[in-house]
Amino acid sequence: MKYWDIAYETLDREVLKAVQLKRLQELVKYVYGNVPFYNEKMNELNVKPDDIKSLEDITKLPFTEKEDLRKNYPDGLFATSKRDIVRIHASSGTTGKPTVVAYTKEDIDLWQNMMARALYAGGVTAADIFQIAYGYGLFTGGLGFHYGAERIGAIVIPVSGGNTAKQLMLMQDLKTTVLACTPSYAIYLGEEALKRGIDIKNFGIKEGFFGGEPWSENIRKKIEELWDIKAYDHYGLSEIIGPGVAFECSQQNGLHINEDHFYPEIVDSKTLEPVPDGEVGELVITTLTKKGMPLLRYRTKDLTKVISRSCECGRTLVKIHRIMGRADDMLIIRGVNVFPSQIEEALLSVEEVQPHYMIIVDRINSMDVIEVQVEVNENVFSDEIKDLEAFEIKVKNQIENILGISVSVKLVAPNTIERFSGKAKRVIDKRVF
Amino acid sequence: MLLPQLSVFVENKTGVLNGVINILANNSINIRGLSLAETKDFGILRLILDKPYKALELLKKNNYTTILNEVIAVEVKDEPGGLAKVLNILAEKGINVEYMYGFLEKNKDNAIIVLRIDDIERAIDILIENNVTLVKRDDLELI
Repeated sequence: MKYWDIAYETLDREVLKAVQLKRLQELVKYVYGNVPFYNEKMNELNVKPDDIKSLEDITKLPFTEKEDLRKNYPDGLFATSKRDIVRIHASSGTTGKPTVVAYTKEDIDLWQNMMARALYAGGVTAADIFQIAYGYGLFTGGLGFHYGAERIGAIVIPVSGGNTAKQLMLMQDLKTTVLACTPSYAIYLGEEALKRGIDIKNFGIKEGFFGGEPWSENIRKKIEELWDIKAYDHYGLSEIIGPGVAFECSQQNGLHINEDHFYPEIVDSKTLEPVPDGEVGELVITTLTKKGMPLLRYRTKDLTKVISRSCECGRTLVKIHRIMGRADDMLIIRGVNVFPSQIEEALLSVEEVQPHYMIIVDRINSMDVIEVQVEVNENVFSDEIKDLEAFEIKVKNQIENILGISVSVKLVAPNTIERFSGKAKRVIDKRVF
Repeated sequence: MLLPQLSVFVENKTGVLNGVINILANNSINIRGLSLAETKDFGILRLILDKPYKALELLKKNNYTTILNEVIAVEVKDEPGGLAKVLNILAEKGINVEYMYGFLEKNKDNAIIVLRIDDIERAIDILIENNVTLVKRDDLELI
């Protein structure tokens, strides 16, 4: 058996469309009745649930953006009573407040099933030993993979992120067969093992699932050679459900979206009009069946294109290209979403700082590093090194408190950072994906 | 007793130091003493100049982060133990020196040591009580 859920994964496309339409109609009725935010938005657009007569009518519905989640923090978009919510996750927000998402028992069950589909497609079975080096906690990565692998019946080793020595030790001693983590961590871990003279190729690991940040075919090749495994791409975002939105099959040439539950559109991110198949645009997703916090037409800001609606693996689920970039300025640093505006906010909360800064992102020894360059003005400057170092630490702490990841701060001379009259370009990303 | 010292923020990049020094040279400003404190990324150039206020204006105009603060300088015998004597006096009274640097004056037998001290007024009193010679602005021909 190569499908976790043969009925839906290989459903005739016409039947699939009928299923999607029925679910969309129910969803629209549900959010119109239960979420004041959507009720108001639909009234503004003068659209009623009964107006959704075909899948194409989805374009009549309002978009949802990350900003809407932030404005409705913490529970304004919940569609059920809190009694029915069993889990909260969160991702980083633009103002220090996280973006909260809520799951009912049914949503968790759906999530597990979607993850099981993805892992099963990559060959995971109950005989596997599945090591998870994604972070656990509010971040959906760790728990998403955890429950998916557990649903299949694999032995799950929930190591969480970091701690290289322990990862390698457990991998060797417990005879791990599958690894799940960010692609950059897979490379870091592999290279560390080589440095320590550990022969990871003979560990018996056969495959890995890597996501949470954009990567490329070159990185895939590198991981596959380093570990002697098959490396599968994976896509998800907490707003939709977490990992489990789209996955690669054995063909390794694109990601199947679980579109019986997550209805995809690809739109021009400026005009918001649908683009023809094969053209690059922004991925927009509607959660057809979620109950706790369903979303209409959520703008992921991730750029991709449709590859096909059939596949040699037999799945009829639409296949999209690996994520090709972002429609906004969000950066993904070690799997954590970072917006330049968050760094600006942190800087401006230190009173002496002027809003002239530059963010340099690089990848050193396979780890993402972020340097924030801040101009030194006369309010900050001192003739004593210790004062300037104290200032650096103050800025560093402020940024780290908001981002939740470590950064280095570098003081630079005034007017060395370019001034912008229009939209400022404050990020130099030197990483090669 | 208090001497004006300019401090300039210099990035740890080729040519930055030249920029500052060239501005001084082109405007006939003479450097009487200097020290450069550096970290991995940046340095602080501290200068005792004959025309400190003019230099401050020029450097600011050229976008160098520059501040002026006051330091004291003492004359010490240009021989082993000369500096030790001064520092011992300060240490005994619990006066902490943040940093210091020295230079020689061409017309004197003594070395000149610039001292950066937080409790500057008290340090001056103590040094005078102990007959240490403090350098005055006129001694260095500061304008």
